[in-house]
Amino acid sequence: MASFARTTLLTASALMALAACSKKAPEELPPAPVETARPAEAAPVASTPAGPVKGSQEDFLASVAADKIYFDTDKYDIDTQDQDILRSQAQWLAANPTAKVTVEGHADERGTRDYNLALGERRANAAKNYLASLGVDSARITTISYGKERPAALGSDEAAWAQNRRAVTVTVQ
Amino acid sequence: MIRFASLVAFIALAVAAPAAAQLSVDVTDDSGSASLKIAVPALPTSQSVTTPAGTTDELGVKIAQVIADDLRNSGLFAPTGPEGSRTITMAEVMAPNYPSWSGFEALVQGFVRSSGGESDITVGCYLYDIALTTELDRKGYVVAPRDWRRAAHKCADAIYARLSGESPFFDSRIAYIAESGPKDRRVKRLAIMDSDGANHRFITNGQAIALSPRFSPDYGSLLYVSYIQDRVRIFVYDIGTGKQRLVTESTNPTFAPRWSPDGRNILFSMAIAGNTDIYRVSAQGGMPVRLTTSPGIDVGGSYSPDGTRIVFESDRSGSQQLYMMNADGSNQQRISHGGGRYATPEWSPRGDLIAFTKITGDFNIAVMTPDGENERVLTRGWQDEAPTWSPNGRVLQFFRTSQGSSGVSQVWQVDLTGVNERRIPTPLSGSDPAWGPLLP
Repeated sequence: MASFARTTLLTASALMALAACSKKAPEELPPAPVETARPAEAAPVASTPAGPVKGSQEDFLASVAADKIYFDTDKYDIDTQDQDILRSQAQWLAANPTAKVTVEGHADERGTRDYNLALGERRANAAKNYLASLGVDSARITTISYGKERPAALGSDEAAWAQNRRAVTVTVQ
Repeated sequence: MIRFASLVAFIALAVAAPAAAQLSVDVTDDSGSASLKIAVPALPTSQSVTTPAGTTDELGVKIAQVIADDLRNSGLFAPTGPEGSRTITMAEVMAPNYPSWSGFEALVQGFVRSSGGESDITVGCYLYDIALTTELDRKGYVVAPRDWRRAAHKCADAIYARLSGESPFFDSRIAYIAESGPKDRRVKRLAIMDSDGANHRFITNGQAIALSPRFSPDYGSLLYVSYIQDRVRIFVYDIGTGKQRLVTESTNPTFAPRWSPDGRNILFSMAIAGNTDIYRVSAQGGMPVRLTTSPGIDVGGSYSPDGTRIVFESDRSGSQQLYMMNADGSNQQRISHGGGRYATPEWSPRGDLIAFTKITGDFNIAVMTPDGENERVLTRGWQDEAPTWSPNGRVLQFFRTSQGSSGVSQVWQVDLTGVNERRIPTPLSGSDPAWGPLLP
């Protein structure tokens, strides 16, 4: 359970970092980690622990600080809060050595279609490169750009666009 | 298939003497009041016979309707007919009753002839100057009954060309992306249609996102981007066989495909480790040639009509701007210097202008000369994106996206005056229009 505690701590610091950075903070924060079962209380004698299957997307979402990082307009740099999030993802990948992920790069609607495809590629690769710098084998990470084709927030305002300029890490099953 | 019939074969009639004051319309007039009053009565038939597309009587009305719609939609004409116009007899077609058309400046008459069944129909098309009581033009078209709209477009093209002095454009086709569903799960299908939205056909079923189609210059195939198998890749789809193949084999994403004017080469953009550059590959396949090498995003591209130069988009300066290079990638120079960002350049088939998306907060359609000068904004939508030229370089189509959670895109058209703007009717929403050349 030591690793779980560390993850929780990371999550808290990542959330604080998000709150502190008004420029980049999206209107909706990334989903908090799912409340995981506490085997010691809920099922003290169970032979198999409850909770997500190890290595699954559910496990990934429950374990990492966030599955997505956000970018400023036309930017693709990985700032300190992104680094914290990606570090938590790298830790999960280290703990699940057979798992593979895809990083999806996205852009907001205020860019032209082809340029946004290229921009999403930049963002996905920026996240991939940072994960690789933390020791994740880059062969375990694929990238895909969705440009502006798959917005997370539907509005046409700064808050929605901030949520849409993102790179999302998804486990490959 | 369309054949041009020599109307001299049908009628031996003296050609009118040259007129003193020529009737004409001006494609550069932006007063909005330049519409030429032209009557388009239904085309009579010598004998009403049944064809797979309807009787020749019915076809006479439908063809006149398409001619009138084409002329009206160009913004240069104010047509009347076939509804609201008196009907004419076969005898009148070549001997117009000029006094009965007072109030009009020009008159289109014609006829439909068929021996019935699957046999070809012959459509005659005559243009008269009312004031001077002279014939200005005559054309004849022999088409399969199912291609009756093409005969109508050809007739409208002849009238447009004769009165404007410009090249024609109605008889051409559009590839575009048909859109449906919510903004975050939009279904995007490759589709094709005539330049007026008729003869619509879906090519892909929507299971994978389809983007940025381009008709080959011979209309035989389509380039487009597909997300099939969760990868971003350019395919070339053969319209005749319905088969498709990859333009280039690569593990890297490829997008923004464009044909060279002769159809022999394909420009495309490819991202390697996040860096996007422009490449050229033979339409037959083979090794791609890299044309740009900047660490910035170099994307898109459009050939000059003679194929010697390419205008493209790059953010190497820090923001999206337009650049020019030779077709081999040499001599890359920035040409856009106004405020804001510049994207999606498309070289006019006439060679005189480059159309692009101008981003200054809103997205607008604009044009400039190839030296980067004479910038002119044509539209004022919230998000007007990705212009494509009519075959004669006088009209642009683009897509306009609405603001907010619906975020619906529609295909629109504007002429170079910026005055004549209209939506192209499509069965679903639409984006990424790409206009093909004039059909032969």
